[in-house]
Amino acid sequence: MAPDPFLTLVWAGIIGLAIFIYVITDGFDLGIGILFPVMAPGPERETAIATIKPVWDANQTWLVLGGGGVFAAFPLAYAILMPAVYAPLIAMLLGLIFRGVAFKYRARTSRIWLWDLAFFGGSTLAAFAQGVILGAVLQGVKVAGRSYAGGWWDWLSPFSLLTGASVVAAYALLGACWLIWRTEGAVQAKSFAMAWRAGAASIVAIGAVSLATPFLNHDYFMRWFEAPGLYFAAPVPILVGITAIAFIRALKRRAEVAPFLLAELLFLLTFIGLGISIFPWAVPGQVTIWQAATMANAQGFMLVGVGLLLPVILGYTAYGYWLFRGKVGPEHYG
Amino acid sequence: MFDDVSALALARFQFAFTVSFHFIFPAFSIGLASYLAVLEGLWLKTGRDVYLQLFRYWLKIFAIAFGMGVVSGIVMAYQFGSNWAAFSDKAGPVIGPLMAYEVLSAFFLESGFLGVMLFGLDRVGKKLHFLATCLVAIGTTISAFWIIVVNSWMQTPRGYAIAPNGQFYATDWLAVVFNPSMPYRLAHTLLGAYLTTALVVGAVGAFHLLKDRKASRSPQPATKIMFAMAMGMVAITAPLQVLAGHEHGVNTLQHQPAKIAAMEGHYESHDRAAPLILFGVPDDANQVMHYKVEVPALGSLVLQHDIEAATTGLDKVPPQNRAKVAFPFYAFRVMVGLGLLMLVLGGWAVWNAARGRLFDNVWQQRLALAMGPAGFVAVLAGWITTETGRQPFTIFGLLRTAESASPLAAPAVAASLIAFIIVYFFVFGVGTWFIIKLMGNEPNPHDKGPGKEQTVDVGSLPPDAPYGFQLAE
Repeated sequence: MAPDPFLTLVWAGIIGLAIFIYVITDGFDLGIGILFPVMAPGPERETAIATIKPVWDANQTWLVLGGGGVFAAFPLAYAILMPAVYAPLIAMLLGLIFRGVAFKYRARTSRIWLWDLAFFGGSTLAAFAQGVILGAVLQGVKVAGRSYAGGWWDWLSPFSLLTGASVVAAYALLGACWLIWRTEGAVQAKSFAMAWRAGAASIVAIGAVSLATPFLNHDYFMRWFEAPGLYFAAPVPILVGITAIAFIRALKRRAEVAPFLLAELLFLLTFIGLGISIFPWAVPGQVTIWQAATMANAQGFMLVGVGLLLPVILGYTAYGYWLFRGKVGPEHYG
Repeated sequence: MFDDVSALALARFQFAFTVSFHFIFPAFSIGLASYLAVLEGLWLKTGRDVYLQLFRYWLKIFAIAFGMGVVSGIVMAYQFGSNWAAFSDKAGPVIGPLMAYEVLSAFFLESGFLGVMLFGLDRVGKKLHFLATCLVAIGTTISAFWIIVVNSWMQTPRGYAIAPNGQFYATDWLAVVFNPSMPYRLAHTLLGAYLTTALVVGAVGAFHLLKDRKASRSPQPATKIMFAMAMGMVAITAPLQVLAGHEHGVNTLQHQPAKIAAMEGHYESHDRAAPLILFGVPDDANQVMHYKVEVPALGSLVLQHDIEAATTGLDKVPPQNRAKVAFPFYAFRVMVGLGLLMLVLGGWAVWNAARGRLFDNVWQQRLALAMGPAGFVAVLAGWITTETGRQPFTIFGLLRTAESASPLAAPAVAASLIAFIIVYFFVFGVGTWFIIKLMGNEPNPHDKGPGKEQTVDVGSLPPDAPYGFQLAE
């Protein structure tokens, strides 16, 4: 019993899709947490949080599919990477606990400031930890046999701190653009201001990570600067530049929907860029997706479930967004 | 502080701690989601506002409990990899897909329709909203199904083979899913969840009945209905649970005799007429049960329905494959003892109801109040029984716990363990406090459905009011 090479590619695609949907959806809810201190206590904060109350839980479920999917489809990669990123992983989980309960607790307490702090702190910590995990995986981990062989601080490096800060900036950008779209008045005005700052920070961050990544190892370098990788890779930075310009113009004319869509497009391009760097590694430099993949019959068994259920999930998720569409005020979804 | 404790022991404690905390919430929300669906269905059918009052009352509590279940559940999803990497690698090809099915068929369904359930009544109308409530309830049940499949496969693995690289893989998915202990464990766990919820609802009803009596008020209809429904549920499910538990025990004897020996405290085998040990103090070092109180021959009779039946003791299990007896032995007795008390509570309620005095028996209500948390204690005791009884294996008889852990340094696990303990007690302590505060209020007798006059008029609120008309909060 061995993995099926084609199904392995399909599963790499499914996991990539799950992580991507997670990032572009929970990204804006975490971003609202990151921007929370900018909003004044009272109606501004209630408005900002009301925009995501009906959808944040469904958004976060993609993280469970991402993690659970790696476990299910690439168990060896899951077994090597999770201990390798132990500390940031635990930090992310604790951050998600604080921000997740804050949604409900805020409404039940006279100490709203405490759970506002938990919402901000938890969201920021979770975003930062996700970025650190990304950096730690990209820079490579030590492997011996079928397990992680490094220490419990190996994840910490200037590069992983850079990716951590980058994700915080990028999620803040998504959060600001989401609020521009879904709110009016003071919250929207503040969100425009924040979109400028978070947008600038994100573009700087994308540039810095993009410049640093090829120098992490020779493989990435080949991918980005020599044929044939170059042909796939070259359009990405160009498209990032075009999108960034379009984003700036959209903010200037105070468009309400375009900034969000362009920010999400920026995420798609960076995601593709990361994919170009990593493919076909499951654990960069150590284990390929074909080495990490589960058995063919497990791949097939799960694919039936994905084929039947994923379209339905996407359907009712879209229905949820459509149902709670429109501008949101502080009185919504108390 | 942790110098003499191994990373393995810390990882085990961390899993036990986080899974026990986590399990409390689904044990409650599985039953509560179904109860909410029943309440909303009754409201739609009868149009009586009292069911809507109860629905809204329990929905607020559900929202908090469900939220705590979600965030503590994400920890579990990642802890397999972080702390049990070797297990994840080896068992991944079998249990990974089962957990993926749980995410796809249950988690998305629950989270996707929770928003509609909490915030959507005035947007989708009653019927679609009822559908959303039902889908959330179905989602919690599907989730229970898959996670029980995973656990049962670890207890009674079937339909697998082991690859040269050490990984388990499925040879027959139907045999994996419908492994021998799964139906019994699923029935026992779901009934446990329904009982847990019924006991909580009954305790809240009893609390308000007792309070009303003290204040010489007549209780409002919602209070009486919740108490009556809960006592009816206890009266039905407690006997079913005793039956399901018994059948589960018979199944365990067949497939995991070593676990039964530990649960029963049988260090020695018996050729016939094994006693039933009621109480005692197990001593693994000397393989002897001290101070035991036993009923002769009842052990053979209860589990094998035959006084002549022989039983396997731990003396027939190789020493390196024996569980520590104390955990399954004591935990099993706590669970069974509470189960019998639940029988008494339900039976007493039926007795009172038959005489038309269901709402008047103060002592029965006091017992119902005292037993509010009994379901949680019983389900946790049940899980401790089955999980510690499986030791020293993660996959029974095949993969040792010691060979399942991640290659982590003890200080890393110790630090995360301390963080989890502090955060869980704080965060879930606060959440539990909010729930208890909500339970201290009565259902709002002025709650009316959409289309009728609202008690809170959004327009009359000051413009900076943080919360307007709301369903959930």
